[in-house]
Amino acid sequence: MWTWFYKLASPPYVYGVAAALMPWFLGLALLTIGYGLIAGLGFAPPDYQQGDAFRIIYVHVPSAWMSEFVYTTMAGAGAIALIWRIKMGHAVAAASAPIGASLTLLALVTGSMWGKPMWGTYWAWDPRLTSELILLFLYVGVMSLRSAFEDLSRGDRAAALLSVVGAVNVPIIHYSVVWWNSLHQAATVAKLGKPSIAGSMLWPLLSMFLGFMLFYGAVLCLRLQGEVLNRERQSAWVREAIKS
Amino acid sequence: MNSGGFWYMGGYARYVWPCIGFACLVLAWNLWSARRFLLAARLRALRALAMAKSEAR
Repeated sequence: MWTWFYKLASPPYVYGVAAALMPWFLGLALLTIGYGLIAGLGFAPPDYQQGDAFRIIYVHVPSAWMSEFVYTTMAGAGAIALIWRIKMGHAVAAASAPIGASLTLLALVTGSMWGKPMWGTYWAWDPRLTSELILLFLYVGVMSLRSAFEDLSRGDRAAALLSVVGAVNVPIIHYSVVWWNSLHQAATVAKLGKPSIAGSMLWPLLSMFLGFMLFYGAVLCLRLQGEVLNRERQSAWVREAIKS
Repeated sequence: MNSGGFWYMGGYARYVWPCIGFACLVLAWNLWSARRFLLAARLRALRALAMAKSEAR
């Protein structure tokens, strides 16, 4: 039953799987993101309060969700690498960090652009915005810490430790709109029970979310291959793989 | 929505379109940088292979 899990510890297996999955992930990501953008920008009706400015959610919400998802993946991979000493965990964490950081920046910038017409300001020290900004600093901190050590394995361990400790920020981001008074609107889609958003607006949003998820998978596969090659370049299998 | 209305975005075009543009930029950067990272790793592995060969001689 656990054979697949043990296989994930094998660099040649991970390299091969990443190379095989990447084109599928990318193709499906482009299709779903294309559908989400066309349906969301061209066919979804304007919001009765926010008008057409609500269409920013089609890039803001998926990037914000993914910023948390990628961080959780990075921290989870770091924890697996620390506990079971699986090197591929560090590779997944290292490959995820720049993707997560860029999506967090995207969430912050698009949120800020939405805030100006809706709140009258680009930025407010609101719990949701502040905790998302802390997430960006955590990503940058994890990447800086990894590259600050000459010995890659020490850098990996330090970065994994910081990412695991920083994971406490993820539920804070998620529940900040519930725990504190916030300018940011509460959950609309991920609410238990019926989401308070019309289907014609919801489906493009879900498609964008799926697209961003697949896109993360595609870019992760590319970066993971690079990480594996960098970490294993003295191995015999890499020589064989490079020659072919 | 007609073509003019689509680009006008109910008066919010200056907020909506830069967001879409920035999102496309971020996605494109991710692909470009990941591809570059992989190519650089392949190059380093090839160099290591060439060095190992020359040392073996």
